Amino acid sequence: MDTQITLPTFDVERVRADFPILSRTVHERKGKPGKPLVYLDSAASAQKPRQVIDAMTRFLEEDYSNIHRGVHFLSQTATDQFEEARRKVARFLNAPSERNIVFTRSATEAVNLVAHSYGRTFLSEGDEIIVSVMEHHANIVPWQLLQMDKGIRIRVVPVDEHGVLDLNAYEDLLSDRTKLVAMTHCSNVLGTVTPAKIIARMAHERGVPVLFDGSQAAVHGVVDVQDIDADFYIMTGHKLYGPTGTGVLYGKYDLLKKMPPYQGGGDMIESVSFEGTTFKAPPARFEAGTPAITEVIGLGVALDYMEKLGREAIAAHEHDLLQYSTQQLSQIDGLRVYGTAPGKGPIISFTLEGVHPHDLGTIVDQYGVAVRVGRHCAEPLMERFGVGATARASFALYNTRAEADALVESVIAVKEFFGA
Amino acid sequence: MMDELRELYQEVILDHGKNPRNFRHPDDANREAKGENPMCGDRFMVYLKLKDGVVEDVAFQGRGCAISTASASMMTEVIKGKTEAEAKALFETFHDLCTKDDHDHGDHGPVDEDAMERLMVLSGVRQFPVRVKCATLAWHAMNAAIEGEDKASSE
Ligand SMILES: Cc1ncc(COP(=O)(O)O)c(C=O)c1O
Repeated sequence: MDTQITLPTFDVERVRADFPILSRTVHERKGKPGKPLVYLDSAASAQKPRQVIDAMTRFLEEDYSNIHRGVHFLSQTATDQFEEARRKVARFLNAPSERNIVFTRSATEAVNLVAHSYGRTFLSEGDEIIVSVMEHHANIVPWQLLQMDKGIRIRVVPVDEHGVLDLNAYEDLLSDRTKLVAMTHCSNVLGTVTPAKIIARMAHERGVPVLFDGSQAAVHGVVDVQDIDADFYIMTGHKLYGPTGTGVLYGKYDLLKKMPPYQGGGDMIESVSFEGTTFKAPPARFEAGTPAITEVIGLGVALDYMEKLGREAIAAHEHDLLQYSTQQLSQIDGLRVYGTAPGKGPIISFTLEGVHPHDLGTIVDQYGVAVRVGRHCAEPLMERFGVGATARASFALYNTRAEADALVESVIAVKEFFGA
Repeated sequence: MMDELRELYQEVILDHGKNPRNFRHPDDANREAKGENPMCGDRFMVYLKLKDGVVEDVAFQGRGCAISTASASMMTEVIKGKTEAEAKALFETFHDLCTKDDHDHGDHGPVDEDAMERLMVLSGVRQFPVRVKCATLAWHAMNAAIEGEDKASSE
């Protein structure tokens, strides 16, 4: 017999089977079965596949020890796996080498590292940093701390009513005073993907380095730091289906080499004496103390997982969910979507007339639908759109159209409940 | 609709949420304090007119969810005419109502039992721990205003 089987390119049901948590129900109560979990909050943090959980368990059970320190067998084994994860991250971003990859605890720590080390060394009073109005607080507050310390100025690129970055305004803000551009690559509220390559080119024409906050962008598309020509690129592991406690700073090596340490401690020094201490070369220079060894190894496996599914295939699947959900939600009277930029990521922020997002969040949760409500750590952006808070549904590689339907149904129930 | 939701969003709450009472800024207010929930962006100003230790007028403005708005609105109704001590006792007792099981409620001095009876509709938040702050937001601001602070300390 000769049957031709064509496998679908993206089998979401098979993908879902990899995520143990997705089969649970929520809000079980005496005598009443729970609701199936509809997890639409992956932009806050993504769930973890079995492969990541197992790899971490296996490492802890079989290979665990501290790294870079021991001559013994386990230390060598653990170090090898940790460094292998660094190579995986480098491949994931198409970095020239694993030397460009610094592990941090989070995206937040990565931005703080650059603000502290690069910022305090190379910026001084009167210098300017350009950010956008849609930054996450993680890419605002570290620069404000630098502002307090150094008297620098923060200039803000606006967005239009769709959430598209105003490149003309950006051009106008770039000046001889500009010493750094720190810009999101994808907004965690609007989903807007910024034109990173153009942003970098415009800055480089003036000799200004650019940092991209890729916390969202790296999850939903293929990122090539060399093609973008990013000077710094930042990711956070827990949104990439990896564990918490892992962040990534990619930096061009000649920049990293010029930068002083961020924190002092073990692992980052060449030699220590009370007369003077010499520091290791990057990335070790920026990795003081024992890192999140198990978690970094887990992150490497998470990136493998994404590569195996295919990042283009993931992006296409998520794009379908975005389009479908946007279309379905838009049919609800009084529902407004914030962020309608072309080519946006799978993130839908919305409000429902007459209903506060907080109430909406509580009610859809009773239907098993997990969405984020509030200001999403992006208060300036909320101000820009004159809205106190929004609800946000975000889609990941494991979501389905049926889940989008569940969201829509629960929002309709909210509307009926409030007679809105 | 699930029972728990009906319990949380009782008709009275929906009504106060939509048509808040004393939603204004009295000209003769002599105390005011801000209450803010950084998580969801809810923000209220509570205004008091205190005279000889009595709350002669109380009102509020701002934006918030149905729970926080209803609670603020109901608060203005029950606090008006109370002494400072009575208002504070109501605050403490209401706080217990929202956060603790019945048998753990403390004794905060004599309270207006009728007022507490009315506020019972808000006790549904106990089943929704993340919403407790909504129910108590304006109350914290009111308490701060009595204490002469200009904003409620975030817990
Ligand atoms: C765009 C963006 N930047 C930065 C962060 C901060 O990430 P983390 O909290 O993992 O440091 C987040 C996530 O919350 C984000 O969405």
